[in-house]
Amino acid sequence: MSNEVLTGAQSIIRSLEMLGIEHVFGLPGGAILPTYDPLMESKKIRHILVRHEQGAGHAAEGYASASGKLGVCIATSGPGATNLVTAIADAYLDSVPLLAITGQVGSHLIGTDAFQEADIVGITMPITKHSFLVSRAEDIPETLAAAVLIATTGRPGPVLVDITKDAQQGKAPFVWPPKVELPGYKPVTKPHGKQISAAAHMILESKKPVLYVGGGVVRSGARAELAKLAEITGAPVVTTLMARGAFPDSNPQNLGMPGMHGTVPAVTALQKADLLITLGARFDDRVTGDAKSFAPFAKVIHVDIDPAEIGKIRFADVPIVGDAKEVITELNSELKTALEGSKPDIKDWWQFLNGLVERYPLGYVPANDGKLSPQHVIQRIGELSGPEAVYAAGVGQHQMWSAQFIKYERPNAWLNSGGAGTMGYSVPAAMGAKVAQPDRLVWSIDGDGCFQMTNQELATCAINNIPIKVAIINNSSLGMVRQWQTLFYNERYSNTDLHTGTDALMIPDFVKLAEAYGCLGIRVEKEEEIDAAIKLAIETNDRPVVIDFIVSRDAMVWPMVAAGVSNDEVKYARDAAPVWDGEE
Amino acid sequence: MSQHVLSLLVEDRPGLLTRVAGLFARRGFNIESLAVGATEIEGLSRITVVVGVEDAPLEQVTKQLNKLINVIKVVELEPDQAVQRDHMLIKVRTDASTRGQVLEAVTLFRARVIDVVSDALIIEVTGDSAKCAAFIKVLEPFGIKEMVQSGVLAMGRGSKSITEKVLK
Repeated sequence: MSNEVLTGAQSIIRSLEMLGIEHVFGLPGGAILPTYDPLMESKKIRHILVRHEQGAGHAAEGYASASGKLGVCIATSGPGATNLVTAIADAYLDSVPLLAITGQVGSHLIGTDAFQEADIVGITMPITKHSFLVSRAEDIPETLAAAVLIATTGRPGPVLVDITKDAQQGKAPFVWPPKVELPGYKPVTKPHGKQISAAAHMILESKKPVLYVGGGVVRSGARAELAKLAEITGAPVVTTLMARGAFPDSNPQNLGMPGMHGTVPAVTALQKADLLITLGARFDDRVTGDAKSFAPFAKVIHVDIDPAEIGKIRFADVPIVGDAKEVITELNSELKTALEGSKPDIKDWWQFLNGLVERYPLGYVPANDGKLSPQHVIQRIGELSGPEAVYAAGVGQHQMWSAQFIKYERPNAWLNSGGAGTMGYSVPAAMGAKVAQPDRLVWSIDGDGCFQMTNQELATCAINNIPIKVAIINNSSLGMVRQWQTLFYNERYSNTDLHTGTDALMIPDFVKLAEAYGCLGIRVEKEEEIDAAIKLAIETNDRPVVIDFIVSRDAMVWPMVAAGVSNDEVKYARDAAPVWDGEE
Repeated sequence: MSQHVLSLLVEDRPGLLTRVAGLFARRGFNIESLAVGATEIEGLSRITVVVGVEDAPLEQVTKQLNKLINVIKVVELEPDQAVQRDHMLIKVRTDASTRGQVLEAVTLFRARVIDVVSDALIIEVTGDSAKCAAFIKVLEPFGIKEMVQSGVLAMGRGSKSITEKVLK
């Protein structure tokens, strides 16, 4: 290997190229300027200039979540770096493989409160899987290689590499591959054989098992293995918000999403189960409700690649540390041998569950105020776009409806901010997804509140030929907050009116805004216009499209378990608890 | 609240202590004592931390610490299988009439006088927490002017070493 002498900046670009990075999202500034110079000449890396660093962060997340590859974002020091913080926190909570590269002031200036100085390594310590401060050019290849390794292996997550300006300007021989030494990092992917046997035994004993499937199955790419496990066991499957698509919605074994806005069958299945086969899920409070009364009769098999998730919230009778794909593969073969072609007899369990499925299907009451029903709009987007499309939601009511009323058949089709609940995720995430998978139809399904947080990236999309489709589910308010005000604050609507509706001040006018950004803007107010608008959006690929769907603000997300109460208190609709007590 | 002594073998990297301390703060774990220093291997440091927790969260503490990339190993040192030492410096008021009694206490506790002036002594004492506490009690009537204490240091008994399997 020739040891060509490169500047630190050249070394950054060369390292990224060697690491197989093809796309980066970013915005230059003083402390990262040296790196932007050789970036201009890179033939292998396409840099997409965003309008705000948060957009770069979420775009990298969307890129990663849609493709399963690493997402990369770049920002300058100080405010550039702090603008990435929300996206980094988001990636941390949803285990998204993300590499954030930030410029830092010269090392002699660190600690002097220099211009655009921020201790971004310190700021992001609690929200990164790991972080590095690099102040010597010769450390760059090794650090970037280590960062990528950490971000993409084990439980994926965000890694920040902060590089001082003098490290970028310094010179050092470029050595590749670098020696990466991480003696404290040894993720366990292969499960313990004894635990697999114990789990298989427990599954065969169970009369009321549920496959509780979380985002880990998506990240691990264990779709086929999960399908096999479901087939072997015949057990019902619930897919959490992060796992929508990990198991096909068209499969009758899929009871849908559990949790606060889960389906009655999914929520109830967990409450009544005698065994949770937990796969890459982490007993999030939005799934468990009051954790003490969650799944009170169930033993727990907990499969996770992160040992710290096991036993964190719920005791695991059979803990299994490992990669979901490897664990499920071994579990399948163990079960197959034990079953010898037969199937566990769980007929009574299915009879009970099927009764729930029949009586409590997902549904909604159409709006009666002359406006569109948001659920209908979202359902039609899903039906007309199909399972091969990518759907990136913001956070709030539209997110829940998108999780409920779009039918997902494949993992990585559904992107959202699950753990962090970051409003503003959708538009840049959709942009990132479209860059990763240009041949797919990519929807941003957004709320009027969320959209106003990051819609500046429409400029990025329009200029860089990234034709995403944005559906604004415009109820002229912060809908989910308003829903809580309706239910829990005596309809006192404190600061939730956004005035974006056609019967309001209509600030901003989203169609005009779309046009100002070089997008096709469409407004839909009548039900009969919905399909035509969606079809026009799908056919328009010379620019991004924004559809302003004017929907009823009184529509609410149901079913619902109020925050902090037991999942036994699930309400099918307002004041309507499902009747299932005494059913068994 | 029960106390546990954890011994961490860590890479000596900038910010490492912040990562460990920050983790304790963020997860609501309690640090009762902390001691950091070099080990026999260059580039590796040892942190001894006394943590106050209920039993269940201790497992969380250990697992979360293990997730830190620069933490190589976390070992809980059970009291009966490890030696523990506190190290203290105590400045005691003395005069001609009390010095003799103080020196007698120093001998009894196998402590050492490391500085003498006409109206005070600085005493160095090493021992487990109970011994140090008892010594302080004996000195209190004379007037303790100043006191400084290291975190607990602990090491597993026997010939095994925490660094053994780490060496490549």
